[in-house]
Parts: sequence; C-alpha cells; structure tokens
Amino acid sequence: MEILVCARRVPDTSENEIELNSAGNDIERDELVYSINEPDNYAVEEALQITAKVGGQVTVVTVGGEDDEEILRREMAMGANQGVLISDDAFQGSDGKGIATILKAFVQKGKYDLILTGVQADDGGAQVGGMLAAMLDYPFAALVNSIEVLDGKKLKVGREIAGGNREMNEIDLPCVLSIQTGINEPRYVGMRGIRAVASVPIPTHGASDLGVDPGAVGKAAARVKRVDYFVPALGKGAEMLRGSREENVDKVLELVAAKGGLK
Amino acid sequence: MARIFAFIAHKGGAPDDTAAELIAAAKKIDAAASPTAIVLGWGAELDAVCATLRASYTEVWKIAHETFAYPNAELIRKALVKVLPAGAIVLVPHEHFGIDLAPGLSIKLNAAFVSDVVAIEGVEGSDLKVVRQEFGGQVSAHVRCDLSSGAVVTIRPGAFKPLESAAVNGNVVDKSAEIGVLAAGRRYLETVIAEAGDVDITKFNVLVSIGRGIQEKDNVAIAQELADALGAAVSCSRPVVDAKWLEKSRQVGSSGKTVKPKVYLACGISGSFQHLAGIKGSPFLIAINKNAKAPIFQVADVGIVDDILEFLPELTNKVRELRRVA
Repeated sequence: MEILVCARRVPDTSENEIELNSAGNDIERDELVYSINEPDNYAVEEALQITAKVGGQVTVVTVGGEDDEEILRREMAMGANQGVLISDDAFQGSDGKGIATILKAFVQKGKYDLILTGVQADDGGAQVGGMLAAMLDYPFAALVNSIEVLDGKKLKVGREIAGGNREMNEIDLPCVLSIQTGINEPRYVGMRGIRAVASVPIPTHGASDLGVDPGAVGKAAARVKRVDYFVPALGKGAEMLRGSREENVDKVLELVAAKGGLK
Repeated sequence: MARIFAFIAHKGGAPDDTAAELIAAAKKIDAAASPTAIVLGWGAELDAVCATLRASYTEVWKIAHETFAYPNAELIRKALVKVLPAGAIVLVPHEHFGIDLAPGLSIKLNAAFVSDVVAIEGVEGSDLKVVRQEFGGQVSAHVRCDLSSGAVVTIRPGAFKPLESAAVNGNVVDKSAEIGVLAAGRRYLETVIAEAGDVDITKFNVLVSIGRGIQEKDNVAIAQELADALGAAVSCSRPVVDAKWLEKSRQVGSSGKTVKPKVYLACGISGSFQHLAGIKGSPFLIAINKNAKAPIFQVADVGIVDDILEFLPELTNKVRELRRVA
C-alpha cells in the first residue's frame, strides 16, 4: 500500500510557554522549540505499521520552508521511505483551503492508496484532511483511532466519538483519514537515526512543478485570515498561592478538608 | 445578510444542547437573524427532534432518509449540498461529527471555512470577525472570514450561552425529496462502547487528576499514593492515555468521562477545553502546574505554580500525618 502522510512542523506546546510578542500581533517566536505536530507523528507511525504488515511505501510531505525539512528527516529516521518538501513564496499565507489545494496537486502527481493527516495542529483548524478528501472526491473519516486493512480495496477504521466510545466504519480506498493521538505508540527516534538520514536528498516542489495556480493559493486567495493574537481577560482566574511549598501543602490540605474531600 | 443555517446534532429523538447555542451564535452574526434549523435523520426520532426545535426555531428543514438513522458525514454532506442555497452561512457544532462533516462541506459549497469558534464579534464589510483559541488555549486569535460566497463555521460547544427567548411556533419544511440518490465510500458498522475499566472515576468525591506534567509512567504512582491517602481516585487528561500510562477509562474530557466530584486536583494539566468539558458540577478546582501561563489557572479556584513531582509527595505525607493524628 502506498501511503502519503501530510505533516507539519509546529511550536511544541509541551516544550514552550506560548506568549505574545512585544508588539502584541503574533506569538513570540524567538527561541521557540518546534517539533512535528503530535497527531502527524502518530499518523506516520500508523503508516509504518500498515506497510510493515501489507507492504508498500510511506511518503511524508509538508508544505513550508527549509526549516521544515527537520521534521521530514525525523520521520524518515522513524522509517518513512521518503520526505518531500513543498515550498514556494506563492504558498505563504495560505489558509486551510489553500494548503489542501496545494496537497491535492501533489497527490495527483503520484498514486497513493491512503492519505493520512493528523487530526489537528495546535494552531490549526482540523480542516485540511477533510478538505483534501472533498477536493479529490475520496471518502474521509476524521478522528481515526484504529485502522485494519481488510483487503486491497477497503479498510475498517474506528473513529473517536463522545464518551470514549468508538464508531466503526468500513471505508473504500483510496481515502483520506485524519489520525487521532493515542492510535499507537510512536517509536522512539534517536540521534543516530537522525544522523543516518541527514544527507538523504529531500525533493522540493514549487507551484510550477505541481501545476498550482499561484492565484488560487497564498495570502491573496485566503478567505480566512488571522488578524492578531491576544490573551483574553478571562474571569477572575485562580487565587494563586504564593507561599513556600510547605505552606501551600498545608493550605491545599485545609481546602480539600473544607470542601468535604477528607472523609 | 446571507441566510444562516444551524446544523442540528441530535440523539435518541432529542436535539443536542448545541441546537440552542447555535441560535445564540447566529444572533452574534446578525442580531436580526432568525436561523433555519437543518436536521437530518429518520423515522419517529427525526419527527420528535423537529417537534422540539419548532419551539425555538422559526423554520426547521427536515431531511429524512433511511441511511441517516446513524449519521454518515459523507452522505449528509451530499444531502446538504443539494438543499443549501448559494452563499449560505452554515453553523455546525465543533464536535466529533462536525469535525467529520464541516471541512468537506465547505469545499463542496465553495464556502469559506473557519473552525472551533469561541466568540463572534460581528460583521465588518464582507468579513465575519471571530475569535479562536490556539496552542491549547494559551493564546486567542482574532480571525476574519470572508462571507461573500458563504461560510461554514464550526462553533465550540458550550461557548455560546443559549438565549432566553419566548417560544416560537416554527414551521417544519420537509426537504427530503430534494436530496436525490446518495452513495458513500464509507459505511457505518457499529459503535463499540468504551470499556468500564477497573475504577469508576465518576463515583469519587475527590479526583487526583494528572496530565502531561506527570512526565513518565513510573510517576503515576506518586498520584496514586496521594489518591490512596485521600480516599480518592486517579483520573487524567488525554496525553496520559495517549502515552498508555493509564487506561482510557480514567480520562476526563469530551472524548472520555464526565465527572462531578466535590474537589478536583488538576496536577500538571494544562486545561484544554476538551478536558474541562468533562468536569461538571463546579467542583472546587485546585491546579498545580509548573507553567504559570497554563490555561488551567484561568478556571481554577486555587492555583499553585510548582512541580507536581515534588509537591504531591509532600501533600501525601501531610495527609498521612493528619490521618494518623485523627
């Protein structure tokens, strides 16, 4: 099975405190630690597990710039056969539909049985997978947390629905699935693995390579635009305990007891 | 102003709470708007949902089809594309079904798409001005969405307070004949109900709930010791389940359990809305987190900026001391 995983490099919220910049119009991007968007990493692991069972290749693609190559190498170190960078000045400022338009052009240059995306990025809208599927007229399932290959023509997929329940579906190939975290246990990638793929060439495609009309993507075509970031004034917030650890421990214990939690 | 439609999620013959919230959202787009409910389903359940909706929506579009007895996003998308007028603004709840449906719907309607909207600040020119949260709620963003060829907007459940308004006696319009023949490349098989798990976290007055801040599986014991001393249970947020440190049955949140304890100790939990959606009944919420900017501090009653791996063992010791004295 030929599998394409669409991935993104994003600021890692487990490593960073996201703050506004001094101008207040963007987040502070200096010294941010970036990594692969977490659900995308699960998607690559799932692709690797599928191809290990039924054969085939895994390609990881990202739309971005040179800096984004690092996640492609990381996923190749995990075992992906190929990383592809899609990069063009014309792509900057694309909204979700713009990104899906670019990916559609790439998909149509190849032959993929299965296309995976992560369900959502921390600064994203859980949108590109569903849009891409609609543009390609492929079936789609969001929030996928299990995949079983039934035969060469269809999959059995579980979707995460409310209350921890799972909705099982049969879906025809080719299709697009958005992958939820927890579907598998992504393998560890060590420095040695990263070094091993450090010099593997990463093909780069621009708008003309893909036959994308620059007017249909990028900032000018975007119908959805982020104006700025801000930190909303929410409620009164917590009463912060600023004592020593021992004082805070005593206070918490007192509060737990007062609220009927020590019975 | 374009016509506004509200996609109604429903179950067991009753509309979801979001049905009322979408009216509130529509009024934020256009105070004079009277959104049209659009509800797809089958049989007596569908009729019951429509009957209920008439009290709050002036017009209810009913679309009946056998296959909608269980909603399939692809079939429902195809039906919606047949009946919706060009340029419509379609509001959809941002939950597991809306996430499945809405992005593809926007493509097929050639409409703009903006998701998981938490506030609407009106319309300026052809732009709808909305607020979204990013990075797990650490920052918010003002976003503009061009309405000139319509829009699909998903609305965060719980973000818009239902309006108190007098009951209307709305019309139900049957649109079933307009959808034609539907086919999909995805077929619903069954729903697998979550396993009960070893501990029922919904039955405890006190929960020691852990998040990513617990850092590794071996550290779960630190929380368990505190829970044992308190007579509480250990629950968790999503990353702990994703990492397989605790069973899914321990997860609090929209994709896990809904809990109503008296006291909720959020330990190393950032406080995503998906997690908070699982905490009901306004428990006394104590948050302990190393990150002073963690969104959990905005909703907690009491907050402490500290490392839970050091704080929790000291708390456990204090509880044990107290128990011995008592």
